[in-house]
Amino acid sequence: MTVVSEPKGASPPRRRSFYDKDVQAIVWQAVFLCVVVAIGWFLYRNTMQNLAARNIKTGFDFLGSEAGFEIGETLIAYSPAANYTRALAVGFLNTLQVAIIGIVLATLLGIAVGIGSLSKNWLVAKLTAGYIHFLRNIPVLLQIVLWYTILISERFLPGPRQAEAFLGIFATQRGVYFPVPQAHAGWTAALVGFLLAAVALTLMSRWNAQRREDTGTARSLFLPGVALLMGVPFLAWALNGAPTAIDWPTLRGFNLSGGARITPEFAAVLFGLTVYTSAFIGEIVRSGIMAVPKGQTEAARALGLKPSVILRKVILPQAMRVIVPPLTSQYLNLTKNSSLSVAVGYPDLVNVANTTINQTGQAIEGVTIIMIVYLVTSLATSAFMNWYNERIALVER
Amino acid sequence: MLKRSLIAVATATLALGICTTANAGSRLDAVKARGQLVCGVNTGLAGFALADSTGKWTGIDVDLCRAIAASMFGDAEKVRYVPLNTQQRFTALQTGEVDILSRNTTWTLTRDTQQGLNFAATLYYDGQGFMVAKKLGVKSAKELDGAAVCVQPGTTTELNLADYFRANNMKFKPVVIENLQEVNAAFFAGRCDVLTTDASGLAAILTKDAPNKGADHVILPELISKEPLGPAVAQGDEQWIDIVRWTIFALLEAEEYGISSTNVEQLAKDTTNPNIARILGKTPGMGKAIGLPEDWVVRAVKAVGNYGQMWDRHIKPLGLPRGLNNLWNKGGLMYAPPIR
Ligand SMILES: N[C@@H](CCC(=O)N[C@@H](CS)C(=O)NCC(=O)O)C(=O)O
Repeated sequence: MTVVSEPKGASPPRRRSFYDKDVQAIVWQAVFLCVVVAIGWFLYRNTMQNLAARNIKTGFDFLGSEAGFEIGETLIAYSPAANYTRALAVGFLNTLQVAIIGIVLATLLGIAVGIGSLSKNWLVAKLTAGYIHFLRNIPVLLQIVLWYTILISERFLPGPRQAEAFLGIFATQRGVYFPVPQAHAGWTAALVGFLLAAVALTLMSRWNAQRREDTGTARSLFLPGVALLMGVPFLAWALNGAPTAIDWPTLRGFNLSGGARITPEFAAVLFGLTVYTSAFIGEIVRSGIMAVPKGQTEAARALGLKPSVILRKVILPQAMRVIVPPLTSQYLNLTKNSSLSVAVGYPDLVNVANTTINQTGQAIEGVTIIMIVYLVTSLATSAFMNWYNERIALVER
Repeated sequence: MLKRSLIAVATATLALGICTTANAGSRLDAVKARGQLVCGVNTGLAGFALADSTGKWTGIDVDLCRAIAASMFGDAEKVRYVPLNTQQRFTALQTGEVDILSRNTTWTLTRDTQQGLNFAATLYYDGQGFMVAKKLGVKSAKELDGAAVCVQPGTTTELNLADYFRANNMKFKPVVIENLQEVNAAFFAGRCDVLTTDASGLAAILTKDAPNKGADHVILPELISKEPLGPAVAQGDEQWIDIVRWTIFALLEAEEYGISSTNVEQLAKDTTNPNIARILGKTPGMGKAIGLPEDWVVRAVKAVGNYGQMWDRHIKPLGLPRGLNNLWNKGGLMYAPPIR
């Protein structure tokens, strides 16, 4: 902070009085803050007193006690003997899983639909416009329940005992089962190798871009890139025992077991959220593209650029600046809408927290946890998108 | 759903935060002043609480509320029913939205203590069972290793299920859906191998909701838990819980002494049995003691019959045997302390 001292004697020191606007503003804000704090404190104290009077347990120590209920899908190890904290963590990871995959798919689908709705092809334009208007106006809860009803119906998909494998994949009313490589150090090494190769490639392409700036020439990274991304994981795999065993799903007792599975609950929530949000994103992309002045396209065309290049290199980069802020709120909406999982039993955070609330009777604590987790997730998403927005805003030359 | 939870907590905080006075007056006075009993019931379970197309509620849980309203107001219709699912029921009681929760709810230690509820008595001794499709060919719950199981959240059912499979070293995949209709639909669509809840609930679902009139499904013989179902009230009002508790005892005493809806008025006038005279208020004292009119039992039994009549009207049609719910002197567990 720099302090600029006024030249001495330039003006008589101002006397602050209560009638001074600045002073009044500060006083009022202080009063307002006090009132808010007082109300908050009053509500808190009263709530605590009343909970105590009604003999309702308070506090967060329930988080350490045994949950006692099973959860259908978990990304981390979990059993009914685990505590509530772990159960809630399972729920939160499930929320993240469906939200992140949903955001990626909804964005891809939304961009396709948005571009399609501006197509000169009458049929494509009308179909995509219809898609947007139709799906935007059906409540997302209804869409999720509809997907679920379809996915678990024996009319569309066979039961686990009737299902027949196609390339080792079973599509049943209890989900899609597919073969995966059996867990082995070789596969872990391959994954690590792939990640390292990806990091190396990113660094190389940065360096390449710098070189292009400096010298105007750059080599294509395509072949070395492919070699790196495929070669390194392959070597890592080969050097660590070259495992080839595959975990095939097979019918055992009532159900298929082995392999990996996508449950109908997850799929219904994912499809519902993706399709619904993609309609909004489509509309955002469309208006973003329309916001780019026509002259840009015309100029690009005059330069002889191909339509696909014009879209990728001229239009979309400029449209992004209009698109990103409303896109952020769609991402936040999608994440929050994932709490509709409760309707079809996908064990997201709200689902697990609701059960926790009911088993422990500690509603206020449970809902506080839900609110804090969603708040932090939303703030993190916004922060990331703001960062991205600033980054692309700087592209301006 | 998020919105719903938020609203729930908002109302909970507001109700608990502001209505400091709610605790001060007695529930009995509040209900009398209102002229109506507010009764939390199931969203729709045959035999317990089910609304017909005209909005008229029937069932054994409903009858208990009708009996209380009848003994307070002389009119069994003076009840407002609030349908509550598994997740809403306790909050509704804690915040005072309902006067009584009469909704196939299991009496457990945590609910009775740290959740701020008090259970008045057991209205129905039940146990948890399993329903499967006949075509699976399963004969016993012990054969269910690896099954997919449909269950409602926030129930004792959910916990017993996990306990049972853990104890028997078996695995299962739960499909946990909040809404009763939805969870039934998922089961009947074939999403799960097993549907589990209280045996009475299974019987109701089998008779009312199953496709093909229930011919394709069976309830397995094992009951894996004790589920004493009964009405609960909020803690801290002794008089109110006494009224609920002794209404149930009165309905049981009525059955034991052969008092029924058809003969109750007659008996109230000319009984010579001192016990019956006391119960029916011919010899005054009991009504005053509990804070109700002297003919409280007459009014209640006239409205809903005795416990046996309630059972025959609502539970018998589900094909359930009286079993544990018989009177103590007929081989059951129903034993009411004396009204004297
Ligand atoms: N007795 C158990 C379970 C009672 C229960 O809620 N059962 C289910 C299945 S029969 C039910 O009545 N659901 C109706 C609803 O959610 O409205 C408990 O108190 O936790």
